[in-house]
This record gives sequence, structure tokens and C-alpha cells, in this order.
Amino acid sequence: MNPFKPKNQGKILSTVGGVFLILLVVGISVGMSEKNFSTEDYIELSSLKKDSVVSKEAFKKVYSVLMHPRCMNCHPSGDIPLQGDDSHLHGMSPQRGEDGKGVYAMKCANCHQNENTPGKHAPPGNPEWHLPPADMKMIFQGRTANELAKQLIDKSKNGNKSIKDLIAHAEDTLVKAGWHPAEGLSLPPMSHKEFKEAWVTWLKAGAYAPDNSE
Amino acid sequence: MISLNVNEKDLQVDVDPETPLLWVLREHLDLPGTKYGCGVAQCGACVVHLEGEAVRSCVTKVKRAENKKVVTIEGLAENNDHPVQQAWTEVDVPQCGYCHSGQIMSAAVLLKENPNPTDEDIDLAMAGNICRCGTYSRIRKAIHVAAEINKSST
Repeated sequence: MNPFKPKNQGKILSTVGGVFLILLVVGISVGMSEKNFSTEDYIELSSLKKDSVVSKEAFKKVYSVLMHPRCMNCHPSGDIPLQGDDSHLHGMSPQRGEDGKGVYAMKCANCHQNENTPGKHAPPGNPEWHLPPADMKMIFQGRTANELAKQLIDKSKNGNKSIKDLIAHAEDTLVKAGWHPAEGLSLPPMSHKEFKEAWVTWLKAGAYAPDNSE
Repeated sequence: MISLNVNEKDLQVDVDPETPLLWVLREHLDLPGTKYGCGVAQCGACVVHLEGEAVRSCVTKVKRAENKKVVTIEGLAENNDHPVQQAWTEVDVPQCGYCHSGQIMSAAVLLKENPNPTDEDIDLAMAGNICRCGTYSRIRKAIHVAAEINKSST
């Protein structure tokens, strides 16, 4: 204890410092959240220039996630979703429907709740559970990395999304649901943070499509 | 306390919001027409209407039905004479009958959205309702009959 230090000075200083720090963090967080970036992302990615090597390398990571069952199962080549870690056709053969939310008595939300239903083989859940709509199927199944990269940035096939929209899409509630699988189902091969970093890097570095030979 | 409207009646039930709707209907509201089959949304025996959609009440928590309209087989028609129920009787569809409240509730949604379904439409709509007695051909026939009853009554 320093006898010359006025009583409570340390407490006052730490309080002032704490308030300043909180304001700084809040200020940065608000600024960053508008762009859907964390502070770390912003610092790392704001300086990215177009670079085909960096972009293609990043897309390889992106591709490994998009082709994982947690993502691909709802981006099938047909109109029936896939199911499980072996991506078999969904039991009961539910159909995409015009809006991607099923048909008649077989709509996604009739079984898929707002959250995962507990227990093995019980339906995973999310408030937005659906396939891409019939007029924008966004098929992943069977696509090469080259085909998928081109398809993702093609506005006629991606729901008219700009690069900025695509960056924001990494935070979509249903995209993030892939990292909250139902019981017994595997996780994508990297964290959502790593995926987002690769996704944004791919897009900001030029959204290059890997060659088919790569 | 959860407020919901079941078969046109405003009700309040004192249950955990996480309780499956099926339990609330059968155990708290004495509506046993809706059946428990698999408990994981894979058989269709527990289908009821929630805001007009054919939800599976075994996995639908009662909190999802809060302040919403639920219709069970008991409330589908005042005198059990919904066109689908009439057709089910006319065609004598059920064998053991266990799955049929779910079958009828699913068929009612199909006909509401598509008054004149083809065989393919029926297959798509009813694929999630399993009948272990194998009454599928009679179910399909009865849905066509119900569509005709609907037409003649309008």
C-alpha cells in the first residue's frame, strides 16, 4: 500500500479508465457491427487487394465448408433436401416448393422448429429453415470448386446479391445454423469465424474461381 | 400460463412452455383424438393445424402455439362432417385407425391449398403420414372423393 496515494485514487483511476475502455470498445463495436465485421476482421481485411492466389486459396477453404453435409444438404441438385452425414435423400421426400419452404402438409416448419429438437434423429431447427427457392436453387451438390465459385457471384443465380450482400450473408441465421447441428450430426470442417474469414478474403481479394485442375 | 385458441376456444394452460403441444392437447385439454406415434416428427400421427399449417404436435413446443390458433381432429368440423371426414367414411379408409386423425388433418391442408389435387399432388402432400396397415390406396381415393364433395357443396 502506498501511504502517499490519496485514499480511493486507484479506484477512481481504474473506474475512469474502465469507462473510457468501455466507450472505446462500444464505439468500435458499433462501427464494426454495421459492416458485420469484428474489429479483428476489419483490421485484417480492410487492406486486402485483388490477388488471385490469395482469393483462390481462400475459396478452397470456403468450398470445403459449402460441400459439407451441414451446408450441402439444403443445396441439393434435385428438389428434395438431403439428410444426415451421408447426405442421403430426406426421408418422406419433402419437396422444395416455389418458395423453398415445402408444399401442402409437407412444409419444412411443420417438423423443423425454431430450435433443434433434442434427441438423435430428431429434426434440427431454425426459425428460417428452408431450401433456396425454385427460381434461385443455388445448387452445391455436384458442383466443382470452379463452378460453385462462379455461381456464387453470378447475380442471375445468387438472388441478385452484390459482393457486399454476399459478405453480409456469412452472418445469415440459417448459414450460422450449420454450426449448431442437431444431436449426432457433424460440424463443418472449421469454425464459423474461420469460414467467414476465408469467405470475406475470397470475395475481397477478387472472388476468383479456382481452375478445375486446382 | 400459456394462452392459445384450440378449436375456436380461448384457453389458458398452466404448463412449462417447453411442453410438446401434443401433451397439452391430450393430457391437459382432454383432446385424445390426436395420437402419439414416433415422437420425432417422422410418422405424422400427431398432425394438428397451427395457424392453418399441418404441424407435428409431438415436436412442437406449446410456446410456439402461444396466442395462436390450433385445430385438432375434434375441431375440424362441428359435426365431424368435414368433406375429408365424409370421404373417409364413404371409402371406409381406416383399418386399425391409429394414424387417421393425422392423415385427415394433412389431407385437409392439401385440399385447402389445392382443391383439385392429382395423384402426384396427393403423394407429395401425404408422404409424411405413415400407415402401417397400408391403406394408402384408399387414402388417395378418399382425397379425390373429398375434392368432389367440396366441389358439389360450393
